[in-house]
Amino acid sequence: MIALSDYLILGAILFAISVAGIFINRKNVIVLLMCVELMLLAVNINFVAFSHFLQDTAGQVFVFFILTVAAAEAAIGLAILVVLFRSKRSINVEDMDALKG
Amino acid sequence: MQFDATQLIPVLPEISLLTLACLVLLVDLFIREEQRIASYVITQVGLLVTVAVTLAVASSETQILFDGSYIRDPMSDLLKVGVLLVTFISFLYAKDYLIQRDLFKGEFYTLGLFAVLGMTVMISANSFLTIYLGLELLALCLYALVAFNRDSPEGAEAGMKYFVLGALASGMLLYGISMIYGTTGTLQFDELAKVVSKGDMNEIVMIFGIVFLVIGLAFKLGAVPFHMWVPDVYHGAPTAVVAFLASAPKIAAFALAMRLLVDGLAELNGGWQGWQGMLIILAVLSMGVGNLIAIAQTNIKRMLAYSTISHVGFIMLGILAGTKEGYTAAMFYTLVYALMSAGAFGIIIALSRKGFEAENLDDMKGLNQRNPWFAGMMLLLMFSMAGVPPTVGFFAKLFVLDAVVSVDLTWLALVGVAFSIIGAFYYIRVVKLIYFDQPEDETPLSIGVDTQVMLSINGLSMLVLGLFPAGLLSLCAAAIGS
Repeated sequence: MIALSDYLILGAILFAISVAGIFINRKNVIVLLMCVELMLLAVNINFVAFSHFLQDTAGQVFVFFILTVAAAEAAIGLAILVVLFRSKRSINVEDMDALKG
Repeated sequence: MQFDATQLIPVLPEISLLTLACLVLLVDLFIREEQRIASYVITQVGLLVTVAVTLAVASSETQILFDGSYIRDPMSDLLKVGVLLVTFISFLYAKDYLIQRDLFKGEFYTLGLFAVLGMTVMISANSFLTIYLGLELLALCLYALVAFNRDSPEGAEAGMKYFVLGALASGMLLYGISMIYGTTGTLQFDELAKVVSKGDMNEIVMIFGIVFLVIGLAFKLGAVPFHMWVPDVYHGAPTAVVAFLASAPKIAAFALAMRLLVDGLAELNGGWQGWQGMLIILAVLSMGVGNLIAIAQTNIKRMLAYSTISHVGFIMLGILAGTKEGYTAAMFYTLVYALMSAGAFGIIIALSRKGFEAENLDDMKGLNQRNPWFAGMMLLLMFSMAGVPPTVGFFAKLFVLDAVVSVDLTWLALVGVAFSIIGAFYYIRVVKLIYFDQPEDETPLSIGVDTQVMLSINGLSMLVLGLFPAGLLSLCAAAIGS
């Protein structure tokens, strides 16, 4: 029997990997988008685990909504990425330095 | 549960907004380029109709609907009217700017209206699920709006930065929500409050959840140290979008803080372990960093971005006081700030023209010689942001500080006063540039009549509300229920 804490540790590890990915990654914007998706999936693991152990379906319903929003978010993110590539000819994170101060 | 059609009545403002957004989307498909003004007119009329609908369903009682996921209370009524009116004002300022830059597209209004719908859903949320959906609807529309000018590399970069940090914030918020759900077993704020008062939860998991929740909230509000996106977005986005983004969503962000922290977790605000301590740190840092870095800016949009950060610190002061007086003061501050911010960006839009963006502080030079009336309006707006009496900004700060002092956090009030004195420097520098410097650019301002009228109303409202603050204050107090 897998305990609740095992699921939560898995969720926490995935969440930490994704946050670290966002801050450490200096190369590619697409990796940032992947990290964002991973972060939402880590939260989903938490919700499903809690939902199962609390015998309450609300958490699983929440997961469906998060998945839907994640899809919309990916669409917007990729659209902005296309605009960015058209104007800068690069998707390197280090090239996003026009705005600072 | 049986579906009851009368449940739809309190949701009429949202239904009206959704219909309006879909209508604009459809109408815009079928009209020709030179008739594009129709989308604008429909949007503006629709917003005013929605204000009327909101007032029609308003009442002093609280209704909780749809299995506890939606709430209509006096606070939601007032904040919705605020959001709708401020949106109306910023769309009005935006029109000429968009026409001059070939950005006058129906998408601007569709995205804007869906963003407003997201804000109203957030304002009326009574469960974590509703608040998350409203927040995402708002955020997704704003990401697209920031990158709205597809030919501008700055716009795309600002959009990308906003998107990544906004998504990070949503992730943090969700992680916090999942922890709170796990330990209390409920997503509804009213049931959450019951569980919290019984103490029927694991303290450590709860604190863990609240930390993530507050971090997510701080990202969305733009509080230091989670403020990195604010200056870049204000700088990179088209000014017309910034006028919208800097005003109405602040009201929604206040509602987000109130619903998450006060409706559900009010009992956990005490001491440094509750959310009060976290907000104290965020507020002090926001007021300090915001005001100090704003002094070093030469770009007026960036300067106003840092000024936003410091104002967010002040709004947080009111919320962290944890009393009805404090919430009232924070609400007053938020509504006034949204109005000031829309007005300031309205003036910046008015100073720009085709092929020229008024972005630097130097573009303000000698405005008094070019147009004394709007120089006066900018003076009122800047004095109000700085908190100079008799403008309304002074009373907003006064009420917040009063609320903080009355919960024995006098030191915090002193910090707030010290930083607003530092902050007064850069607002008054703008006034100095307007009145005591020679203009570098003598071109007369070309402002449409509608913008002139609205800017005058917006500027004068700073003075009128400052002379008679009691009306708005009593509305806020009634909305909070004190």
